[in-house]
Amino acid sequence: MASTETPAGGAAPVRPALDTPFRRFLSDFTDSRLAVLAAILLVTIIILAVFAPWLAPQNPYDLAVVSIFDARLPPGSQSMDGVTFWLGTDGAGRDLLSAIIYGLRISLSVGVASAIIALTVGMIVGLLAAYAGGRIEGLIMRIVDIQLSLPAVLIALILLAILGKGIDKIIIALVIAQWAYYARTVRASALVERRREYVEAAACLGLSHARIVFRHILPNCIAPLIVVGTVQTAHAIALEATLSFLGVGLPQTEPSLGLLISNGFEYMLSGKYWIAVFPGVALLITIVTINIVGDQLRDVLNPRLQK
Amino acid sequence: MSAAPLLALDAVSKRFVRRLDAAEKIVNLFGGNRREEVVHAVDNVSLQIAEGEVVGLVGESGCGKSTLGRVVAGVHAASSGRVLWRGRDIDSLSGAERREATLKIQMIFQDPMSSLNPRMRVRDIVGEAPRVHGLVSSGEVADYVDRMLLRVGLDPSYKSRYPHQFSGGQRQRIGIARALAVQPDFLVCDESIAALDVSIQAQVLNLFMDLREDLGLTYLFISHDLGVVEHLADRVVIMYLGRVVESAPAAELFADPNHPYARALLEEVPRIDTRKRVFQPVKGEIPSPLAPPTGCHFHPRCPHAMPRCREEAPALREIAPGRVSACHLNEA
Repeated sequence: MASTETPAGGAAPVRPALDTPFRRFLSDFTDSRLAVLAAILLVTIIILAVFAPWLAPQNPYDLAVVSIFDARLPPGSQSMDGVTFWLGTDGAGRDLLSAIIYGLRISLSVGVASAIIALTVGMIVGLLAAYAGGRIEGLIMRIVDIQLSLPAVLIALILLAILGKGIDKIIIALVIAQWAYYARTVRASALVERRREYVEAAACLGLSHARIVFRHILPNCIAPLIVVGTVQTAHAIALEATLSFLGVGLPQTEPSLGLLISNGFEYMLSGKYWIAVFPGVALLITIVTINIVGDQLRDVLNPRLQK
Repeated sequence: MSAAPLLALDAVSKRFVRRLDAAEKIVNLFGGNRREEVVHAVDNVSLQIAEGEVVGLVGESGCGKSTLGRVVAGVHAASSGRVLWRGRDIDSLSGAERREATLKIQMIFQDPMSSLNPRMRVRDIVGEAPRVHGLVSSGEVADYVDRMLLRVGLDPSYKSRYPHQFSGGQRQRIGIARALAVQPDFLVCDESIAALDVSIQAQVLNLFMDLREDLGLTYLFISHDLGVVEHLADRVVIMYLGRVVESAPAAELFADPNHPYARALLEEVPRIDTRKRVFQPVKGEIPSPLAPPTGCHFHPRCPHAMPRCREEAPALREIAPGRVSACHLNEA
């Protein structure tokens, strides 16, 4: 960060013990109340998703618990066993609150898993392009350009039509639709870093190419990657919801948020709004919070945007 | 200086080419006239540096002196010509011998901020290369790093810090410790003190000279600061637009520069006794290295230019023992 620079020629600054990079990051991050609120919400959502079996009122996948006689009950009504459905039930009689929590679990894990895999793939490809240069770089970046010029939904739709349904298939489709963003981001920062003198020094010291790329250049390209990773996770979740809504994503038995919305959509015109609206609101909150956190991360981690 | 030179450059050139992109190639297909742009950053330079010698390399910015330093240090490969280390072409070596030659030539950079990896602690910056190359066992690395830091005048207790926690002069010392850690014989100093405060410059210069005595190092000292070079160098090489125009023992050169460019350059050295003098800047701008002047590169700015200078590039000729200059005037 720019603020940490000391004037050349001065004595070594004695830093207060508290002023670690992490603390500085934390105090920068908490500058925005909205971002703090979003971060708290996001953590809550993640906890809900991770501990769904213990937090949800009902296991919506357990056919012994779900009763078709409770189908399409409005919010706040009670089941035949006296359980309150705070957000109502869906067409199959599942408690909507539980279905949303379990759906979050699927949506988030698909989003995070595909983001991590796409990040790894894109990172390696982008680093290779920036470090190798020349024809290899030209070839890789043209593939990236072509990839980015096609809508992600279209690529994913085609892939899923070929691959079929299932969580693993949708993760593969999302990775293929998204790796190019990471490749481009990493290449951009790696191009800057590889011209720095410390990279020349490493070459002078006879260090191997792999060591220079992964131990010297990569750690200096991490910040933009984290930011793009956060935002792309939100995109992956939205994309998965879109695909599920279109009916090519996940199987009916374990619905993600997108599939819940899709299932509820048919009841919208008959006035049973809750079946589609509540999962939609959950999806909206998830994506918006991730994006706000990602934006704030970008502001904090990019020294050029600092005031 | 009669022994075989420690390092020799044999007609080394370094060209940077900006190749045509696809769009420009298409333009050419339709009768366009786009050409590749070539910069002769270093143009046919030969140079010998004897063991223990300090050679100062001076010239205006953009004359190719940093590029030459990087070719010597092995950061850039030469486009043509050979770099000989102890009489052997580095490019022809392989495996352990090549690594050995690479490590023996180290470089100290200009910018003490960007020459240190901001994400590494000092102990890793200094200790990484000796550990990777097996110069010290992993158990001894900590001690070894301490010794290197002490040698450059830094407190070893700082070694868990990151580069941004140091001042400019201290960072430059870390850069020197990093180079020393692979036990080099030859240091290329690329404007190594230009970015420092004047008081710190003197300290770092003294460190260079102490190291020279203690370790028997040889230096190629690249600088635009003639005062520093005069103080430091045994021999001075002056470059203009990628070519060497004069090379002479420092005392002789500063007393009596031969090449018109050298004369113009030396007149601008600020001296206490010439404080009231009016400065006469070298007239004109340094020409673009993309389109250097024909013949002698210096002729458009030279007060003694003759018609011949426009057509024929002067060769380096010996004008006194150990002293060469490239100017047609020397033949007249």
